[in-house]
Amino acid sequence: MQNEVKITGFGGQGVMLMGKIVAHAAMEQGFEVVWIPSYGPEMRGGTAYCTVVISDRPIGSPIIQNPRHLVAMNRPSLEKFAPTVKPGGVIFVNGSLISVRCDRDDVDEFVVPIIEIAKEVGNVRTANIVAIGAFVARSGFVDFERLRESVKTEFAAKAKLIPINLKALEAGRQAAEKY
Amino acid sequence: MSKVLMKGNEAIGEAAIRAGALNYFAYPITPQSEVAEYLSRRMPEVGGHFLQGESEVAVSYMIFGAAGCGERVFTTSSSPGISLMSEGISYIIGAECPAVFVNIMRGGPGLGGILPSQADYLQATRGVGHGDCRLLVLAPASVQEAVEMVMTAFPLAEKYRNPVMVLGDGLIGQMMEPVEFPDNLKSAPSNKDDWATNGMDTRGRKTRNLVKSLFLDPVELNEHNLKIKRKYEQMEREEVRFEGYNQDGAYRALIVSFGTMSRVCRTAIDIMKADGLEVAMIRPQTLFPYPLQAVRDAAWKKGCQAVFSIEMNMGQMVEDVRLAVQGRCPVHWYGKCGGEVPTPEEVVETVRAVVQ
Repeated sequence: MQNEVKITGFGGQGVMLMGKIVAHAAMEQGFEVVWIPSYGPEMRGGTAYCTVVISDRPIGSPIIQNPRHLVAMNRPSLEKFAPTVKPGGVIFVNGSLISVRCDRDDVDEFVVPIIEIAKEVGNVRTANIVAIGAFVARSGFVDFERLRESVKTEFAAKAKLIPINLKALEAGRQAAEKY
Repeated sequence: MSKVLMKGNEAIGEAAIRAGALNYFAYPITPQSEVAEYLSRRMPEVGGHFLQGESEVAVSYMIFGAAGCGERVFTTSSSPGISLMSEGISYIIGAECPAVFVNIMRGGPGLGGILPSQADYLQATRGVGHGDCRLLVLAPASVQEAVEMVMTAFPLAEKYRNPVMVLGDGLIGQMMEPVEFPDNLKSAPSNKDDWATNGMDTRGRKTRNLVKSLFLDPVELNEHNLKIKRKYEQMEREEVRFEGYNQDGAYRALIVSFGTMSRVCRTAIDIMKADGLEVAMIRPQTLFPYPLQAVRDAAWKKGCQAVFSIEMNMGQMVEDVRLAVQGRCPVHWYGKCGGEVPTPEEVVETVRAVVQ
């Protein structure tokens, strides 16, 4: 069984890191994993995205036209990629920046004001971690406990940032139930 | 050692260190600049050397210099950079020095684009430099295989005293996959004292070793070229590597594909299999020497109606596939390049248009 998520946004919103944290959690869970960044012209001031593919068998094509899920951190990404999501998938929408919806009734679209939540957590820069917590809690993409461990690993070199990021992850998980 | 999640470019750098290659000269170019970024940090940690050349031309001669001294040395670049290195590569081949060149291909011609491509197939396998020169070319299809091939490349280069190229596309460099590093390379006893300019007095030699590619005497040059040719023939006998997929039972078509493209084809083959159409694949892991016999045997198998060379270029490996098949069944090509990676659905369509 193969599963995919495309994580999209502006350069600087931390979308590559979000993908890396999810990919790492999936690897620790025993999945085959591929993480692919957009490194093309998009990087130079437009939308940036990465795709994480996980599977219980070796992954064939690493290029995914139609991902199961989408995490949209900005409006251009939602407009561009929402139509490509497979029916039945989750579309996470950054409600703090995106005022439109994808208008599909065959997907689970949910909207979370991650910037406001991150401010409550105590650092606006944890908004991407809030988003990843909310997405994983909603989609079950990887085991949530593995995700926690993956956040700890990612910030191991800056250990003082671990507590606030775990708090942000938890706030995201709660948001997934609320919104 | 457990698995780590690593970007292809960083894993390539780490693999070289674990192969004992502590001399790295390079010039940055997308999509492989992370190798240089990674090694600029790692090389000092392990007591190695990283020097950024003023150009790829300069880099190729830094490689020549270090290789001529018997040092394990390598560089990484991408398509236009490899073109600039081609003069140096030819000199290194002429002077019979071992070295490893990694080409993380981008689209061309010219500056082309920075997205993945396999458009340097013919350059790598035929035209890497002037004169009768060839490289042993390894083509990884995953980050794990890139690591293994980089670590294999150094002993191969030393076995033949000829450069080895690891030829990946931009995706191999850019994607992250779980990697398990093999044990650090233990080098076989080197014969470099017999040929390298690694110091005369300390090694008790009476005569100087001379590293050169200039042979003005035509008889001598012909002999030299025959010697190099024999090395290529030995590579063809001893180093051919490939992998088959869905090849055991009967099949109605054969796909030949390498690198990232072969993974897309694997997915396409799974889709067709679920639909009742059996298609096999040969994935060359060495592009020179090419697995001619394996492709021939697979194509000539009873029931195989057509062969497809699927590539991220405008039709390059298809020439080798045709050489292998020798007209026994039709050979088709499909491909895209410059960052447009053919999808599994396009591959299925291509096969289905010919084989019902």
